[in-house]
Amino acid sequence: MNTKKKWWTRSRREALDGYVFMSPAILGLLFFMLGPIAASAYFSFTEYDILSSPKWVGLDNYIELFHDSLFWQSLKVTLTYSVVSVPLNLVVSLLLALLLNKNIKGIFVFRTIFYLPAVMSGVAVALLWKWIFNPDFGLINWAIGLIGFEGPKWFIEENWALPPIIIMGLWGVGGSMLVYLAGLQGIPTDLYEAAEIDGANKRKQFRHITIPMLSPVIFFNLITGIIGALQVFTEGFIMTAGGPNNATLFSVLYLYRNAFDYLNMGYASALAWVLFLIILAFTLIVFKSSPMWVFYEGNRRSAK
Amino acid sequence: MNTSTATRSEAPVRRQMSRSQSELLSKVFSYVLLVLGSIVILVPFAWMISTSLKKKADVYVFPPQWIPSPPQWHNYKEAFTTFPFAHYTWNSIIIVVLVMAGTLFSCSFSAYGFSRLQAPGRNLIFMVLLATMMLPSAVTMVPIYLFFNKLGWVNTFKPLIIPAWFGTAFYIFMMRQFFMGIPYELEDSARIDGCTTYGIWAKIMVPLSKPVLVTVGVFTFMGTWNDFMTPLIYLTDEDKRTLALALSYFQGSARSAPDLHLLMAASLYAIAPCVTLYFLCQRIFVKGMVFTGVKG
Repeated sequence: MNTKKKWWTRSRREALDGYVFMSPAILGLLFFMLGPIAASAYFSFTEYDILSSPKWVGLDNYIELFHDSLFWQSLKVTLTYSVVSVPLNLVVSLLLALLLNKNIKGIFVFRTIFYLPAVMSGVAVALLWKWIFNPDFGLINWAIGLIGFEGPKWFIEENWALPPIIIMGLWGVGGSMLVYLAGLQGIPTDLYEAAEIDGANKRKQFRHITIPMLSPVIFFNLITGIIGALQVFTEGFIMTAGGPNNATLFSVLYLYRNAFDYLNMGYASALAWVLFLIILAFTLIVFKSSPMWVFYEGNRRSAK
Repeated sequence: MNTSTATRSEAPVRRQMSRSQSELLSKVFSYVLLVLGSIVILVPFAWMISTSLKKKADVYVFPPQWIPSPPQWHNYKEAFTTFPFAHYTWNSIIIVVLVMAGTLFSCSFSAYGFSRLQAPGRNLIFMVLLATMMLPSAVTMVPIYLFFNKLGWVNTFKPLIIPAWFGTAFYIFMMRQFFMGIPYELEDSARIDGCTTYGIWAKIMVPLSKPVLVTVGVFTFMGTWNDFMTPLIYLTDEDKRTLALALSYFQGSARSAPDLHLLMAASLYAIAPCVTLYFLCQRIFVKGMVFTGVKG
């Protein structure tokens, strides 16, 4: 009886300590995640300019969205950017990681160089690339001129406004490259040795060992890539200010303008929810498709 | 009979030869690709440095000259005096230091609870926390702004700093993974010696988790230093701007051509701390230690 009572108080005490320890995260979850999500859902059904109190308008914001050509434009820009840049980054960073995974002299130096651009995202980099893509005096058009062509009017012609932003993103793939590299180094070498004994060539080894063993990492990079790409903001804001003629009006930029330039907090919230649903749809598709192509080692063991 | 043995003994030798040759070839090929890649990565930097050392008139010379003659070192001083960058740097430092302190404290404190202490609902809370990593910040941006606006915190540093004291899901996750790898024996013996749970966190877990604390610290530094959107939303006064925000105003209006040589000098100045920190702590990045938890 006595021991049972003692056990009770001890586990209670532990639970109490547990809640105290978890309290920053729990409060953060309430104040900066769950609370705002609920508030955002509410505001999306209101008209709210901060100065006067929110006015309930039902589905008006969402209906307005449907007729808003700028909204469709921002969606088009964001999806185009994502559809091109996400797979491109995924492949390029994988190729770089394979290259950097080689066990050769000086590889540490190359790894350091290849990751370097990733440590300085943001304004400075956007300014640098804006200058590099300057149509008249920039580095890129100079290089294109060297091989005898005339470079396009980057940022000035609508069709040539998005590509520089995509190329700039490619320069900073270091983050996902490192994730791949960590994944590659986690693949047991005995798998390759066994394959070699069975007479599998390098290509077969890549296809049947590297890719399946790396698939959880590809999955991770794909998900984070989609979430990141659909929320691009700084590049559009700094390099092009959404122009020319809204050719780089990313969704978050349009959201920002509605919220903080036009003070349409309700409309901005509705925009945020639509963006959220799009991101959710994409991630769900990837998640649902994952059993077909993502291979977890744990599953292999349990299948035996 | 004789010839067949000869070819049989020769064949493996030849195969070995061609094998070491192909290995050499692939090595050379790798080096060529690595060097080419490095050039692609480093040329923009060279261009940045080159521009920052040019005379204003030479910036718009085409074809460009790579080596400015003579290098205009005073551009750096000029960039610094035209805009109060020292003041903006100070703003950035205050914010970064307080964000780092908040993140390290709140994340390691919470992570200890999630990794070691049994409490009803703990795993559910943790799952919700992980799920929020998927949530686009665009959804919470407006309501959090309205919340801080109600508190009268807009145009102060508080909206940039306070949230960091309430944990970041990804870092909590990372630290929890790390704590789970620490053996229980240390805690048990400390408990027998009369140490409280809080003492165990402060005296055992925190000192032992130095590698993960450094990693989180470095990432927090870079993220906060480079952050553009949060200061853009909350800081309206000119003298409250962070370095990243100030830099965006430095480029001038969309129509007027900026002083590119000064802009590049200022940009280099803004990235210098991150690059320095990177070279000091490159092991953290390059060893991929950060991502050890990803595969689980």
